[in-house]
Amino acid sequence: MDYIYLKDVTFTYRGNNKPALLKINLKIKEGEFVLITGPSGCGKSTLCRLLNGLIPHFYSGELSGEIKVLGISVIDTPTYELAKYVGMVFQDPENQLFLSTVEREIAFGLENLGLPVKEIKKRVEAVISFMGLESIRDKAPYELSGGQQQKVAIASVLAMQPRILVLDEPTANLDPYSSMELLNMIARLNRERKMTIVLVEHRLEALLDKVSRLIIMNNGRIILDGTPSRVIIDKKAKIVGVPKVIEVYEKLKNYGIDFGNPPLSPEELVNMIKSRVGAIERGSRRG
Amino acid sequence: MQLSEVVVEVKDLFFSYNSQFVLKGINLEIRKGEMIAILGENGAGKTTLIKHFNGLLKPSKGFVKVFGLDTRKVSVAQLARKVGLVFQNPDHQLFAETVEKEIEFALRNFGFEEEVIKRRVDWALNLMGLAEYRNRSPFTLSIGERKRLAIASVLCYDPELLIFDEPTAGQDYLQKERIAELLNLLKTRGKTVIIVTHDVEFVVTRFERVIIMSSGQIIGDGSTREILTNLNILSKARLLPPQIAKCAWLLSDLNIPKDLIYPEELVEKLKDLISGGHE
Repeated sequence: MDYIYLKDVTFTYRGNNKPALLKINLKIKEGEFVLITGPSGCGKSTLCRLLNGLIPHFYSGELSGEIKVLGISVIDTPTYELAKYVGMVFQDPENQLFLSTVEREIAFGLENLGLPVKEIKKRVEAVISFMGLESIRDKAPYELSGGQQQKVAIASVLAMQPRILVLDEPTANLDPYSSMELLNMIARLNRERKMTIVLVEHRLEALLDKVSRLIIMNNGRIILDGTPSRVIIDKKAKIVGVPKVIEVYEKLKNYGIDFGNPPLSPEELVNMIKSRVGAIERGSRRG
Repeated sequence: MQLSEVVVEVKDLFFSYNSQFVLKGINLEIRKGEMIAILGENGAGKTTLIKHFNGLLKPSKGFVKVFGLDTRKVSVAQLARKVGLVFQNPDHQLFAETVEKEIEFALRNFGFEEEVIKRRVDWALNLMGLAEYRNRSPFTLSIGERKRLAIASVLCYDPELLIFDEPTAGQDYLQKERIAELLNLLKTRGKTVIIVTHDVEFVVTRFERVIIMSSGQIIGDGSTREILTNLNILSKARLLPPQIAKCAWLLSDLNIPKDLIYPEELVEKLKDLISGGHE
C-alpha cells in the first residue's frame, strides 16, 4: 500500500485565480525519507497541508483529484482522525507549544486521545528518552531555546505514534548548529524507527546525503522527482541552487575527471578523491 | 594602499540588559566601502551590537562613534539619514497602508521634493521586484516580500551605511541571488554594508571581512578566508564550516592547503593531484 497517494491533485486557494498545486501525482511508500524543495510560492507548503487534511478542512478553495493517506481518503476524513496517522511540525514551534512543562506538552495529545494514564506515561518516557529531553522535561517551553522548542514540538507529535511525519521548514528559525542537530535527529527517526518522513526544507547541503528521495517543485508542479544523486545533477535543479560539492564535481567532470555518482556531502567527495588517489598510487607502484 | 575613512568606531563597548552584560568589551573599526558579515549563534549579541550603530541602543560603558558622532550625544533621527538598518523581522518596521506609502514615508520625513520621491520610489520598487504590489497593503505580502519591502524602504533614501539583520533568512535561492546582486550594487556605489547572518555559504563568496561573535564578545575578526577556515573559532561559535573549507581540511593529508574557500581553488588543486598522478 502507498502511504501517501495523490492523483491529479489541483488546488486553488479561495480568492486566488492561479492554482497553488497543479495536477500533482505522487506516491510515497513506507519508510521513505522524502525531501521537498523549490522556490517560495512553488506549492510545497500547500502540499504538506493536504497530507493531514488542513486542506480542505481548514483552508477553503477548489480541490480536485484524489488524496489518500494510508489508504484513507483525506477529503472524507476529519483532521482529528488524520492526526493519529500523520504528525505535522511547522516552522515556528511557539505556535505549537502552550503548556507549562515539556512533559505535559508531550502528554497533551495523548490525553486528548483518551488513552489510559499508564500508557500515556509509557509513551512520554519513551519519547523523552529517544529525543534526549531528560534535562529539560520540567522546564516551560518558553524557557527553551528555539532548537529545544522544535525538538519538543516533534516529541509531542511522535508521542501520538503517527505512521507519517510531515515537517514544513522546521529549521527556519534555528541557527546552523541547532539545525544540523535537528536534521540528524529526523534522519535517525527514519533510520532507526523506519518512520516515513516528508520534509520541506531549503537546506539542501545538509540533507542530500540523508534523504532517500528528492522532489523539486516549481509553480505548483513537481518538476523533478527521484534519488538525490539523480535529481541534483539535472539542469532544472539549478533553480534551488546546488551545494558547492556538486559544483566541484561538475567542474572536475569538465576536466575529464569523472566520479560517476555525484558526492552528496563534503565527506563523500573526500572519500571519492582519496580512493581515486589511492588507486593511482597503487597503479604507479605496480608500474 | 590608503585606508578609507572610519565610518564606525567601537571602543570598549559594554552593554547590559536586566543587569546582565550582553556585550562585553567590543572593539571594532569599520571603514568606508567595507562589506562585513557578522556571524555567531543565536544570543551571541550580534543584533545588540548593530543596534548601537544607529543609536537605537546606547553603550553602558565605552563608546560608539558613527561618522564621527558619539551615539550617546546624538538622537536616532540625527543618524537616520546616513545609517539605514533593516530589521530581521520586517513587521517591526512596516506600518503604512500601501507598499508605495511605506517607501515614501522616510523620503517625506527627510523633506525630499515630490519629483525625487516619485523617482526614488519607482527605483526601489523595481530593484526589489515589488512594482506589481505598489498599491497593496504590506500585510498582504508574503514574509519574503515584506522583507524585500523593508529593504526597499531603507534603500530609497540612499544612506551611506546599510545594516541588514539576517537578510537571507526565509529567502529561497533565487531571492538570495537577488539580495547578493543588491549588495554588489551597493558596493560599487561606495556604500558601507554590514550584514548579520548565519548563512556561511552566502558569506563565503561575497564578503571580504568576517566578524565572529560568541557570548557578547568578538572571537574572530579578519579576512573571510582566514576566519571561515579557522575551525577552532567556528566551532566555538557553533558555526559549521563552508563545504569547500571542510573538504580542504579533510584532504590536508594529501597536501591540499587548509585555507581554500572557493570551488574553483579546490578544483585546481584536485586536478593537479589526480591528473598529476597519471604522469
